[in-house]
Amino acid sequence: MDSRAILAEIPRLRRYARALLGDRAAADDLVQDTLERAWSRIDQWRVGSDLRAWLFGIMHNLRVDQLRRPPPPTRPVEEGDCDLPTRPTQTDGLELKDLESALNQLPDEQREVVLLVALEDMAYADIAAMLGIPAGTVMSRLARGRERLRQIMAGLAETPASRLRVVR
Amino acid sequence: MNPNTVKESDLHAYVDGALPAPEREAIARLLAELPGEAKRVRDYQEQKQAINHLYGATLDEPIPDRLRAMATPPHLPDSTASAALPHGHPGRLPSWSLQRIAAGILIAILGGAAGWIAHGQYPSAERIAAAVPLPRQAAIAHAVYSPDVRRPVEVSGEQEEQLVTWLSKRIGTPVKPPKLGKLGYELVGGRLLPGNIGPVAQFMYQDGTGQRLTLFVSTENTANQETAFRFAQEGPVNVFYWIDGKFGYALSATIDKGELARLATAVYEQIEGK
Repeated sequence: MDSRAILAEIPRLRRYARALLGDRAAADDLVQDTLERAWSRIDQWRVGSDLRAWLFGIMHNLRVDQLRRPPPPTRPVEEGDCDLPTRPTQTDGLELKDLESALNQLPDEQREVVLLVALEDMAYADIAAMLGIPAGTVMSRLARGRERLRQIMAGLAETPASRLRVVR
Repeated sequence: MNPNTVKESDLHAYVDGALPAPEREAIARLLAELPGEAKRVRDYQEQKQAINHLYGATLDEPIPDRLRAMATPPHLPDSTASAALPHGHPGRLPSWSLQRIAAGILIAILGGAAGWIAHGQYPSAERIAAAVPLPRQAAIAHAVYSPDVRRPVEVSGEQEEQLVTWLSKRIGTPVKPPKLGKLGYELVGGRLLPGNIGPVAQFMYQDGTGQRLTLFVSTENTANQETAFRFAQEGPVNVFYWIDGKFGYALSATIDKGELARLATAVYEQIEGK
């Protein structure tokens, strides 16, 4: 394995982790753990296969492990079958910041697919293979995630007008 | 199906430019007659661009040294990568994976052993409430935290005063890490851990070669009044421990029993000498 090939993937791994976790330090920790695990399993890497997809797959599995480890008291509803309440966003600042907080309101599974498509332009079939889920599930997560994000952003855009409402 | 609708999957494939030309053109014709759907397509496209814009800068950021070093295989340390490491990790990098693996195996062994022993000793309903003996608690805490290169402690030894104040307050009684500098071990720092019924403290030391030593301090002793030194071995971790009133002390390391005994004596003298 060429170290330069791995080095070349680090910026993309960082960007995706950053977007996924919304936290710079936690993202770099995840990238570091990903590279550690990659080296420990380097014999599973098939020469000529897609290095990026392999590394992203490792990162995904690590993330799943991390989320699974401390059993959380609650977890997002799979595929968002019902409308979940969203946190108050009145204090959020700039529009870019709003997009970030809107992304953070998506269930993990949806955010993951939305980001892989947006940032990596990864083909749906490749995402399905990487995440180990059917292509139809990728599509439904993408569709729900995008629509949810659109609605959250639309809601935010209306906030300034509706915030100052005279009561009585 | 109504011919005048766009399938959801096609709509997204259209947004992502994933359709072959004939289908793409067919969708474009449909969208021209469906303003609502066309608006969604535009919104999704803008959304995609905005996400790229939001995180794009990360791609151009310089790669932190700690990640750059990880591009090199662990068993073939690259001299330039090592040189780029920040201070505080003198030559420790090449062995990181072995340390992690060893720690993982040890935890599995200890966990398995503890489970097996507990299973034999207690009925399952009581197993949850069963207290873990001091040396085993200490050995597991040692196995968990001592291999951690990045975050071995919660509060570093450089802020010893803060560390002492905080831990004393949390475990409800004054505790102070003994000084082992003369024996070659410097304080790395300490952390608070859950014991059997409440908080306990762990202090970590390290010598010039990176060998780590942990002192586990519990205030949970109620039954055992035995004050003699005792020795226990949990996998590769050797533990010397003793009880003093409500206090239980355990010194753990993966070093030779004789050497550990010498250190334990020094710790004992400092603690009991006060």
